Amino acid sequence: MDFATLLQVLDSTVRLATPLLFACLAGLFSERSGVVDIGLEGKMLAAAFASAAVAAVTGSVWLGLLAGIVSATLMSAIHGLASITFRGNQLISGVAINFLASGLTVLIAQSWFGQGGRTPSLIGGGRFTPITLPFAEALSGVPVVGPIYAELISGHSILVYVAFLMVPLTWFVLYRTRFGLRLRAVGEAPEAVDTAGVSVIGLRYAAIAICGLLCGLAGAYLATGLQAGFVREMTAGRGYIALAALIFAKWRPWYALWACLLFGLLQAVALRYQNIDLGGIVIPVQVMDALPYILTVIILAGFVGKAIPPRASGEPYLKER
Amino acid sequence: MTLMTKFLGASAALALTAGAALADPALVYDLGGKFDKSFNEAAYNGAEAYAAETGGAYRDIELQSEAQREQALRRFAEAGFNPVVTTGFSMSTPIASVAADYPDTKFVTIDGFVNPDEHPNVLSILFSEHEGSYLVGMMAAMASESGTVGFVGGMDVPLIRKFACGYAQGVMAANPDATVIANMTGTTPAAWNDPVKGSELAKAQVSQGADVIYAAAGGTGLGVLQTAADEGILSVGVDSNQNHLHPGKVLTSMLKRVDVAVQEAMSAGADLETGVMVLGLAENGVGYALDENNEALVSEEMKAAVDAAREQIIAGEIAVHDYSSDDSCPVLNF
Repeated sequence: MDFATLLQVLDSTVRLATPLLFACLAGLFSERSGVVDIGLEGKMLAAAFASAAVAAVTGSVWLGLLAGIVSATLMSAIHGLASITFRGNQLISGVAINFLASGLTVLIAQSWFGQGGRTPSLIGGGRFTPITLPFAEALSGVPVVGPIYAELISGHSILVYVAFLMVPLTWFVLYRTRFGLRLRAVGEAPEAVDTAGVSVIGLRYAAIAICGLLCGLAGAYLATGLQAGFVREMTAGRGYIALAALIFAKWRPWYALWACLLFGLLQAVALRYQNIDLGGIVIPVQVMDALPYILTVIILAGFVGKAIPPRASGEPYLKER
Repeated sequence: MTLMTKFLGASAALALTAGAALADPALVYDLGGKFDKSFNEAAYNGAEAYAAETGGAYRDIELQSEAQREQALRRFAEAGFNPVVTTGFSMSTPIASVAADYPDTKFVTIDGFVNPDEHPNVLSILFSEHEGSYLVGMMAAMASESGTVGFVGGMDVPLIRKFACGYAQGVMAANPDATVIANMTGTTPAAWNDPVKGSELAKAQVSQGADVIYAAAGGTGLGVLQTAADEGILSVGVDSNQNHLHPGKVLTSMLKRVDVAVQEAMSAGADLETGVMVLGLAENGVGYALDENNEALVSEEMKAAVDAAREQIIAGEIAVHDYSSDDSCPVLNF
């Protein structure tokens, strides 16, 4: 593998890791507050549809982004209503969100655009275009550093940079602010937070609102950054891989970044080299596709470290019986 | 009680009228859905053409799950619809198990195969996709400046390998030094609807030098066509005419005339001849698309070469290897 190929694979890794990273951080906020969210997939899908549909109608990708965030947040609100206010089973509510998004997107797309559950192709201002960072042209002649800067770091759409900035921001919010401390506490011991006079319900709703915002960014990136329109089921399981990355990262922001990059790299390598020939042993592409899940199972089984979820996750909070 | 009797009477009357609509044809779409811009939509267009031409009516159903396949067939057969036309290779097994129970109903499976000796009331319509892919392969090789062309398949099934193999043979025929990069999107049905992966595959092929990419991948192909247009290279569409999706950027589309097959089967009605029908170049069952969106891309020389090859294939002078005949391809390694 030469240097140029390596750069192309890494470039592809960044593109594939970005939606995972958004969704993974979304799940992190939600689960750290004690609300298990298996509905990341559905929220991304809803956001992908809403952003593509609005961008197609208005011709503005920013309005599309806004619509994506609003729709994902609405989905989050449904999840919150069912699992926080009415104390329903969080897993079932999450699965319901996935089904709802899967059906609703195609239904609305068909009734609005009549193109078989697709949105029209986005053109011009309806898409996020790649940004060339300053000095990318000038530096591209410099050996090693130049190509890395010009090809790998420069030339992505703005949402990619937002995703990477979200990691330190998430870390800061969780570990250096009062809100973050309370958020972590509400996922570990909600009764203690309640005793201190802070609203458990309020904190959890705030967490899932952030979750909706981030899922909205993930979906908008898929439909208007990577693609030029919505196609049914276009998230293709990325929400579940993000969930796996979250467990792999043991619910911590910086580790989430590395987990998403690793899973993105696995996908990029699988796409570039369908069957990898390691001196006689051929690794089929299916192994690469399955590797994120296999790694997650290994982590869950406790072979490499131990993944301990927030203590109160999955349990609705009940003040008194 | 009287109310109950009324209801029963009404439903009995309804059932009678349903039975009276005897010999209307019915159409069962595969899981891809009626409006998939490709295979099933072509079937729908064929049915609409039948309705417009004859003034007849037809019934259709979109399957939602595997379990509905047999159920839909039985419902249509019992209601007296004839023939019952189905799309997709997955329908062949349910038809084989249902056909014997309704000997007076004719079943049609498009892309599937049911043994005509065991089930005399079934018509299997197969297409020679490898021949059509051969033609677009030749065009791709002639349009390519780098000598490298790409193929993106959807789910890795023999049918898609048949497309890839015919394509590679066409490329090699036009330019023996050409390189064909063939990739499959995945091994699960999700591979039909993952345009993001299609885009990444196209980008990877572009960075390996490909400047024409053929997508036989359903919804995933839309991502391939989009990326090809963005990167300034050419693409080749599949099944329906997809030239209009990116005018001037789609070299051509490999047409599979599912619409014609459906229309003819419906028009034949209850007198449909059963057995096995293979629609190739000679029957205009497959071909390539030429319209105002791509006429600037297809040179006279290209058109002449492809039309000559078409004649030779029909005359039997060129034999295009069919991947599904022996599960191997002479010019392409998967």
